[in-house]
Amino acid sequence: MNTQTDAFLKDQPATPVDVAQWAEVGQSHPHESAALHVLGEATYTDDIPEAQGTLHAALGLSQKAHARVRAINLDAVRAATGVVAVYVASDIPGTNDCGPIIHDDPILADGLVQYVGQPIFVVVADSHDNARRAVRKVVVDYEELPAILTPQAAHAARSYVLPPMHLARGDVESAFAIAAHKLSGELLVGGQEQFYLEGQISYAIPKEGNGMLVQCSTQHPSEMQHVVAHALGLHAHNVVVECRRMGGGFGGKESQSALWAAVAAISAQKLKRPVKLRADRDDDMMVTGKRHCFHYEYEVGYDNDGRIVGARVQMVSRAGYSADLSAPVATRAVCHFDNAYYLSDVDIRAMCGKTNTQSNTAFRGFGGPQGAIAIEYILDEIARNLGRDGLDIRRINFYGRNESEGRNVTQYGQIVVDNIIHELVDELEVSSAYRQRRAEINAYNASSLVLKKGLALTPVKFGIAFNVTHLNQAGALVHVYTDGSVLVNHGGTEMGQGVNTKVAQVVAHELGIPLALVRVTATDTSKIANTSATAASTGADLNGKAAQNAANKIRQRLAEFFVTLFGGDNSADITAVTFAAGMIQMGEYSISFPDLVQKAYMARVQLWSDGFYATPGLYWDSKTMTGHPFSYFAYGASVSEVVIDTLTGEWKLLRADALYDAGASLNPALDIGQVEGAFIQGMGWLTTEELWWNKDGKLMTHAPSTYKIPAISDCPQDFRVSLFKNRNVEDSIHRSKAVGEPPLLLPFSVFFAIRDAIASVADHRYNPPLNAPATSEAILQAITAVEAMAAG
Amino acid sequence: MSTAIQTTATPDAASSPIRFFYRGAVHSVHHAAPTRTILQHLREDLHCTGTKEGCAEGDCGACTVVIGEMGANGVQMKSVNACIQFLPTLDGKALYTVEDLKQQDGALHPVQQAMVECHGSQCGFCTPGFVMSLWDLYLKNEGVQQAPLPSTAIASVTQCPPWKPLQRKEIDVALSGNLCRCTGYRPIIDAAHRMGELPVVGFDRHALQTALEPLQRDDMFTYSHAGQHFYAPRTLQQLVDIRASHPAARMLAGSTDVGLWVTKQMRDLGDIIFLGQVKELATVKTENAQLEIGAGVSLNDAYAALSAHYPELNEMWQRFASLPIRNAGTLGGNVANGSPIGDSPPWLIALGAEVVLRGPAGQRIMPLEALYLDYMKKDMQPDEFVESVRVPLPRAGMQFRTYKLAKRFDQDISAVCAAFSVVLDGNLVESVRIAFGGMAATPKRAAKAEAALVGQPWDEVRLQAAMALLAEDFAPLSDMRASSVYRMKTAQNLLRRCWLETRIDAPLRPDQVNAFACA
Repeated sequence: MNTQTDAFLKDQPATPVDVAQWAEVGQSHPHESAALHVLGEATYTDDIPEAQGTLHAALGLSQKAHARVRAINLDAVRAATGVVAVYVASDIPGTNDCGPIIHDDPILADGLVQYVGQPIFVVVADSHDNARRAVRKVVVDYEELPAILTPQAAHAARSYVLPPMHLARGDVESAFAIAAHKLSGELLVGGQEQFYLEGQISYAIPKEGNGMLVQCSTQHPSEMQHVVAHALGLHAHNVVVECRRMGGGFGGKESQSALWAAVAAISAQKLKRPVKLRADRDDDMMVTGKRHCFHYEYEVGYDNDGRIVGARVQMVSRAGYSADLSAPVATRAVCHFDNAYYLSDVDIRAMCGKTNTQSNTAFRGFGGPQGAIAIEYILDEIARNLGRDGLDIRRINFYGRNESEGRNVTQYGQIVVDNIIHELVDELEVSSAYRQRRAEINAYNASSLVLKKGLALTPVKFGIAFNVTHLNQAGALVHVYTDGSVLVNHGGTEMGQGVNTKVAQVVAHELGIPLALVRVTATDTSKIANTSATAASTGADLNGKAAQNAANKIRQRLAEFFVTLFGGDNSADITAVTFAAGMIQMGEYSISFPDLVQKAYMARVQLWSDGFYATPGLYWDSKTMTGHPFSYFAYGASVSEVVIDTLTGEWKLLRADALYDAGASLNPALDIGQVEGAFIQGMGWLTTEELWWNKDGKLMTHAPSTYKIPAISDCPQDFRVSLFKNRNVEDSIHRSKAVGEPPLLLPFSVFFAIRDAIASVADHRYNPPLNAPATSEAILQAITAVEAMAAG
Repeated sequence: MSTAIQTTATPDAASSPIRFFYRGAVHSVHHAAPTRTILQHLREDLHCTGTKEGCAEGDCGACTVVIGEMGANGVQMKSVNACIQFLPTLDGKALYTVEDLKQQDGALHPVQQAMVECHGSQCGFCTPGFVMSLWDLYLKNEGVQQAPLPSTAIASVTQCPPWKPLQRKEIDVALSGNLCRCTGYRPIIDAAHRMGELPVVGFDRHALQTALEPLQRDDMFTYSHAGQHFYAPRTLQQLVDIRASHPAARMLAGSTDVGLWVTKQMRDLGDIIFLGQVKELATVKTENAQLEIGAGVSLNDAYAALSAHYPELNEMWQRFASLPIRNAGTLGGNVANGSPIGDSPPWLIALGAEVVLRGPAGQRIMPLEALYLDYMKKDMQPDEFVESVRVPLPRAGMQFRTYKLAKRFDQDISAVCAAFSVVLDGNLVESVRIAFGGMAATPKRAAKAEAALVGQPWDEVRLQAAMALLAEDFAPLSDMRASSVYRMKTAQNLLRRCWLETRIDAPLRPDQVNAFACA
């Protein structure tokens, strides 16, 4: 024993650390960039100081929905002020493709244009303004071809981007035959623009030896790296993609940041100069894909209690002109048609309609919301047909509580082992005073001539993990420097959701140090390789585990070293070492983290580590559409009360209550923020956000002046959001649950409260035919339809 | 000031730099196109990137900045959208951006501190704009003293914070032009409440006034770049003269529409005449039972003046674009633009407003509806401009209502805008004026529906007749805002709403007919 060391360790001032109570996870820390955000000092891609010689690019877009390009005259473009170069498809040195899965997505259209807004050429100029002005000088000679603009039209023409999908269980026909009641119908649910506040942007800087650095606002740096490498005809190791943060992503920067990255990189490589491509908002909305619009046809049998005995649904999405992520979106829709309900006999078909519109893509929920809203619409109709409260009908269809109760296997074969929807809805029913308010609303409506109120409670069950098994992996790198400060890098990307904050909390917790000592740096493909997209709500789950793994390796080494410092040597000693509040302790010995780190460095202990995580137990058979695709389920429910104006269809959300299952939350403040944000965003999807194409297939709602996401007055005066007390039964990161996407389904209750209010004009005797988005116009139309039904 | 005009013969020689107060000093700009936006200048020329571009059309608020300028009662502060404001319009003013709020010791301003504490940012891209809108609200509320306390409470007066707790509606008004896609707004609303609870950080208006005084000009400001000229006359006569000598020049007031011609349509505007510095146009007067609003008066000030007489305008005031747009845009511009979906012409017409045009030959005054000839075509000569709008004050027996239908409550363009003024004599309609926006190529009166109501009982039978006649008065279009069917049906139903609110028997309150007024 080194007695000097021994004395030193014992001399440490006795810090009263309650090791059992100390924690950095579970705390409501502010977003790691909060101060930078409010100061205007947070750096987004367009804020990075530009390198000398930087040029600016703009895209020339198709003005036709479907046409052959007979000729394109770029003379005036080339002659325009400030123009340095103009490129078309044939100028691309490598592969002209940016499709994430299927290679049907040209970077620049080559002879055939398939939607209004498809990029045909790129102009590189000395300024953003000059590039945009030059683009307009093009003359294109189009030979127009017939265009398909809606999913219904695509289905009628059997025009799909992918083969149809089919999932069936049991015997729907037999179930229908014995069902006491049947209903059938159709529904159209519109798409949604992501409307990240920061538009698409990439800034490519050529490096020596065919290197290319791309600063890109992207949720998927590794995929950007691959697309850029293919487009340039280079190996992946030539390309570095970096993203410190995005000004919002919501799925829109998962695959569709690729076009912008590729164009910037191609231009930069050809000119050997840095090139920035920043989308003007209108260009962004004209070029990029959105949430898929879905058309449904359904047929359901149910018993006298309202329990579904058989359900058949056909969903046709508006995929747009190329496959993009339409297949996994459709898969998730199929896997979420059950939402929180057991469907014994079920037949689901899903088609991805090929249309001459933007290629639709990921958007928070990724088909899950589109799958689940159909069953909610059906249950809403069953309740009205039976004259029952919607909550009662929903409850009777819930998955069983446990194995013994049965009714616990999803249509794709996964056993639901963590069902808490019963308890969660029971709690919300009471806390929201659902029954009492139902009675109050009935009384209000009876005496109100023009305005009618509506109320609805809807549940959510959402599967967490990528449906595609191999994507469920992540890496991280943790550096401990000799002053005790810690730098973390992981494969997740920060788009506002707080993944960096959560990962930093995990690392701080693991090393027993205050969060302030941990800094997370930009996502960088040269640090963590082969990352998955930050998507499917898995950012904190995967990267938190990987970072914990890395930090834990360092912790182990430090614990071993600490034990050796005072002569201990057995593994029991090592496991007794605690890391908390910046101190490492065992019995009477303690040392501060920086001091121990300094000593460990001198003793040549490795103070940095990589970490890796692969979610266990997942498998999926895409042919039969069965397996165990999800690690666990996140649950939630909400109650909304609305008032509608029967003269104009105007409406207002008066109160919303939401209860969400974040497991043992890593950061309750961030999680509540996700729930509230998703609620309002999902409400926008189902109400004010209308994508409107004219008869020529041109999207006319392509800027905030015409496309209306919720604004401040849309946030209800009375908005009560809380987290359900729970712990994940799966060994997720600190038993937390994902929170990104599932709450987007919570505002289903807004839509169904509107439908309830509409139904009240004829005493809830008829099902209002209400498509989404429920704009004022759609609401008034549904009121008119119900009045007509009542009039016979 | 005819000498000022003579200099326009050689405008380049007369060109002065644009001067404004920025970061504690006078900032001069010599070499920028007159249509360069404040945002482009900040981000691309000054490399000051805290202010963001989200849409470049004044609809998202990520670029919100605060402008300080000399007003009749000292320095006025207001939020505007930097993305559609042209740089020369800043001349003689002060520009504040998000970077200006940090305290000298590095501490966050209470607005910023509140946003952090309340978790008001997620992705953070809209945050600088929210911070500036909140700061604008903070400055407004800072000046609001609480009601005097009872004399027994004198001792506590000094400890009384000069902060009036904010109502939700005030917050909504202040933030109506800021879109956030992440938070759902609740934490930002909390931050607006929270900022007043933190130790006050004052703003020295007097110091700003001292800084701005030397920047004020007596003569017309002329700025030229690459053959393009920007004229900011100071007097009505200067304006008349420059308009007469430059009939092809583009008239510019708030640039809330013209700004987009540049940022979205990439149009070349040619020479520009800016109305924003003409003293005579910046006034609101009451004369001959009319409220006269000068063409340079901002929409916000105009609505404030009018709502004092017509509280029925309050909701339209709140729904007319966003606060930064109302701060920049003018009522005169809204009238002169003559868009069929402008939100002021319908109610101005219903109230019997007159428009005052001015040209070299003097004034021409006409009922507003006479100005609008056809789609974007007006009874206005190239050398004329809108000088003011005259709105009659309320008269006894008149019932006035105006309604706007759009997809969203805040900051949206009307699908239908309706306005009704009904003068009742007992139960008889003595006179009625009905005007609509969004129903025709111009803001237009409903002649047949009006005729069916005048002299008739204000009852259900006549109402239905008038509703039916609206289908003869109008043949609205279908577009992305609404279908023709919806426009017609709601135009009719809004007439019914007006009747329900004004009928003699059991009239309904706003909270019984308007979802937004319902609690």
